[in-house]
Formats: sequence, C-alpha cells, structure tokens
Amino acid sequence: MKTLVWVEHDGSAVKDATLAVVTAASKLGEVHLLVAGAGVDGVAKEAAAIAGVGKVHVADSAAFGHNLPENIAPLIADLMGSHDAFLAPATTTGKNIAPRVAALLDVMQISEILSVEGEKSFTRPIYAGNAIATVESSDAKLVLTVRGTAFDKAATSGGSGSIEAVGGGSDAGISSFVGAEIAKQDRPELTSAKIIVSGGRALGSSEKYEEVIVPLADKLGAALGASRAAVDAGYVPNDYQVGQTGKIVAPQVYFAIGISGAIQHLAGMKDSKTIVAINKDEDAPIFQVADFGLVADLFSAVPELTGKI
Amino acid sequence: MKILVPVKRVLDYNVKPRVKSDGTGVDLANVKMSMNPFDEIGVEEAIRLKEKGVATEIVAVSVGPAKAQETLRTALAMGADRAILVQTDDAVEPLAIAKILKAIADAEAPGLVILGKQAIDDDNNQTGQMLAALTGWAQGTFASAVAVDGDSVNVTREVDGGLETVKLKLPAIVTTDLRLNEPRYASLPNIMKAKSKPLDTKTPADYGVDTAPRVKVVKVSEPAARSAGIKVADVDELVAKLKAMGVHS
Repeated sequence: MKTLVWVEHDGSAVKDATLAVVTAASKLGEVHLLVAGAGVDGVAKEAAAIAGVGKVHVADSAAFGHNLPENIAPLIADLMGSHDAFLAPATTTGKNIAPRVAALLDVMQISEILSVEGEKSFTRPIYAGNAIATVESSDAKLVLTVRGTAFDKAATSGGSGSIEAVGGGSDAGISSFVGAEIAKQDRPELTSAKIIVSGGRALGSSEKYEEVIVPLADKLGAALGASRAAVDAGYVPNDYQVGQTGKIVAPQVYFAIGISGAIQHLAGMKDSKTIVAINKDEDAPIFQVADFGLVADLFSAVPELTGKI
Repeated sequence: MKILVPVKRVLDYNVKPRVKSDGTGVDLANVKMSMNPFDEIGVEEAIRLKEKGVATEIVAVSVGPAKAQETLRTALAMGADRAILVQTDDAVEPLAIAKILKAIADAEAPGLVILGKQAIDDDNNQTGQMLAALTGWAQGTFASAVAVDGDSVNVTREVDGGLETVKLKLPAIVTTDLRLNEPRYASLPNIMKAKSKPLDTKTPADYGVDTAPRVKVVKVSEPAARSAGIKVADVDELVAKLKAMGVHS
C-alpha cells in the first residue's frame, strides 16, 4: 500500500505531530510525504530525513501558505490518484483538512486512530474515550487522522527520501488568511511535553495560577495545562485546555492540581504514564486514576513541592 | 440571509456512557438524550445573527430517528423558524449526512450553514468539512467568533497554540467551538410556540442519498482501565516518589 502523509509544519520546521503519523503510515505500507506551503525548501529537506520516508512531494505555492483547506484539499485529492491511504495528524489543522479531502474522494474518514489492526482495520476512541471502537473500512482508499500520543515518533534522521516538486497550486478564491494570535512560549508544547503541570478551578484566579502552578512548571521544565473549568473561568487562555474538547496529552508525568477529574478532563490525560494529583477533596474522582495522590491544600503543598523537588 | 443549522440527537453530555456487554456499542436504551452541545452553540449563533438583523430565517435540520423531532423542537423553541427531519433508524455516517445536507443546501440556498465541530458520541469531527467539500464552499471550523460583513464572513478559529482568523466568501460553512457563545434556555412560552412551528419529515431517499455504511464497527469495548495508585502522606513522600522516577529540577 502506498500512503501519503500530510506534513504539518510552521513554515520552517516539521511539527512533532507529523512523526507519529509517519509511524502509523509505515504500518500500512510505503510512506510518501506531502509538504505544502510557501517557501518550504527547508521543511522538505527536514522531512526527507525522517526515518522510513520514501518520497517527499513538495507543493510550493503562495496558495498553500496558510493551510487553507479550500486550496490544499484539491491538491491532496489529486495526489491520491496514485496513493492508497491519506494520513494527517489529528491536530486542529489536520482535522480541518482531512475530511475535506475524504469527501472529495467519496471516502468515509476514520478519525483519530489509536492503532492499526489490519490493512483496513483500526481502533479509535468514541464518547470522549469512554469506549474504543474497532472499525473496518470498505472504501477503496483510506483517509485517516492519527492521534499523536498513540504512536511512537519516527526518528528525525536516517531517512533519505527523494524530493519531488508537485506543480500547480491555485487559489480557489473563496477564503483568505486574515491573521493569527499564537501565544509565544518558551516552554515545551502541551502535546509533546514530557511533563505537564495543569491547574484547575480550585486555584480561584489567574494570579494564583501564576503564583502556584507556573513556578512548579518552570522548575521542572514542564508545559502548562488547565482544566476546562479553569479556562472558562478565564485563569488561562483557551489553548491550555486539556480534555475531551481541548488537547489530548500523554506525557511521562501529568500533575493535576486542584482538578477534580471530570470525565471530560480524564479523557484528555488518562493515557499519561504517571499521574500525580493534589487536591484537598479526598473523594475527588481524579484520585481514582492518579498513581500518586496527595490530599492537601494546594496553596501550601504546591509551593512546598516546588521548593523541595 | 437564510441560515441552516444541522443538529444531532446524542447521549446527554452528563450521562456516563456504558459499553454494552455484547460489544456492539454503547447502551442508549432508557438514557437521557439531548441535542449535541456543539450544535446547540450553532443554533444560538444563528439566533444571534438573526437578532442582529444579519439572518432572516433559521432552518434546523436533523438526520435521525423519529425521536430526533424532540431535538428539532428544542431548536425551534430556542428560536429557529422551521425544521426538517430526515428520518431514518439507521446509523448514518458523516459522509452520508454531508450528502443529505448538500441536497438540502441546494434546495434552501442558505448564506451560512452552522454546525457543531463534532458530535460527542462518535467524535468524528467531519460533517462540516465534508459538506464544505461537496458544496465547494469555504469553511471556518472550530469558530470562536463569527462576523458577517457584506458578502463575506470573518471566522476566528481556535487552533493549536492560539487563534486564527480567516475571511470566507459567502455562502460558507462554519463549525462551532465551545467558546463561541453560551446557548440560551428556551422559555416556556417559546417551548409552547415551537409546537406549532413547521416541521417537515423527509427520508434520505427523498434526497437520493444512499446511507449504507462504509465503515463497519467490528466491536466496541471499554478502554483499558487505569487503576488508582497510592495516596502519599505528605509532600516529602511525594518528592521521594518523584525523585525515584527521575523527576526533579
């Protein structure tokens, strides 16, 4: 089987989410990549070095500059004439593009696969991860999005893919990029961090989040996360949210501080290797999944932990 | 401008799903069903656009069993003007739903279609994007702000790491994220009024759409259970455990 993986990048470097997709694709067959964007020579070279990559299709055009699905989906649908499976990471950008490709190909997409069970068979979470479905496609081609935390990352070196330019690239003329506010952080990204420190509503304010959560994260070189309740209360920006409707994470260590553990939050972090919970309510559901639970007042326990770790 | 709002009847957000012991799916017998929360946000956004004088008519659509009428009545009670139920007892996949919605969009000629970004049962996150592909319209997914301006709409999208704004030519497809708005509750008089609002019943065949599934569900199982670990007595014990795992500054 020939697979085509859409490479997510920021214009200068391949994003980590792509590497897990390469691993998933390699379980199906030959791995080809698509790097689409404006001025992406560097990204293409980096992509060609990913272990196990056969060919890198490079579509360099202003029309692909901001990942507008109206422009990119037809390009991918064309390339799928000579591929059997299309895979994209289940990131916001991957989720934006892949179903548009699937419908152009008249294929029913399989979203957020967790494992490859056979040539056309996969597992995927439903009901926010409260159930796992094993599904089998009967379509001639496959369109898949891949949950990054469910597959190992392919090595970023050792590959020697051949780079091939793809012609074309026209602007569909129905959408344009206006602007973005992307938070600049000197921290690891939530979805690829080894350690995450998350705060919940018990913190009570954005000042307390800064005062209690941030120093611990700083000390451990961890990413910052939050429960939906903390986001809705305005303590932190939206993109901090871990959970069913936020980010799905699986770090080595996840600190849940002042987070009660609603099922929607657990859906986003229960695959973490080790879960540490600090909460003053000993009946909080978070303790049912925590490896190490500490029943304590977070306002004293967390600064003490930060001091002693 | 007319707005089309597709809505889905799903297991209520607050009900914990139980996997059936025979592995065929999640038990939906005798449990509370509600409108998919993201769709509720879509209905609310359409109503706000109507209140601003941008939209003139809101048409709610649902593809599902006879009981999906209740979901449509909820949309009507919130403020939609009329409803279309495309009735079927089969489980219909996003691709087939998108084909049905495409046929309805052809007939109704809306300026906007506002859908939830995903349904909280299947978690597919596909229907809006697929409908955009089939209609050839632009898409603004995971919207946290929608501003119609003449013959275009600016959609602010929640993306990894922050927000992004795109400008889309109308007609366009918008899918909602959580923070777009807070849906209103329907008032009792409006619930009464909704009972007399028009609700048409159709079938997928009326739109020439084959709903036979492309993806077979082989089995549905419980996720691997995570067992509770230990409670530590104090911060010192926690620090010792973490250090033993190699976690330290």
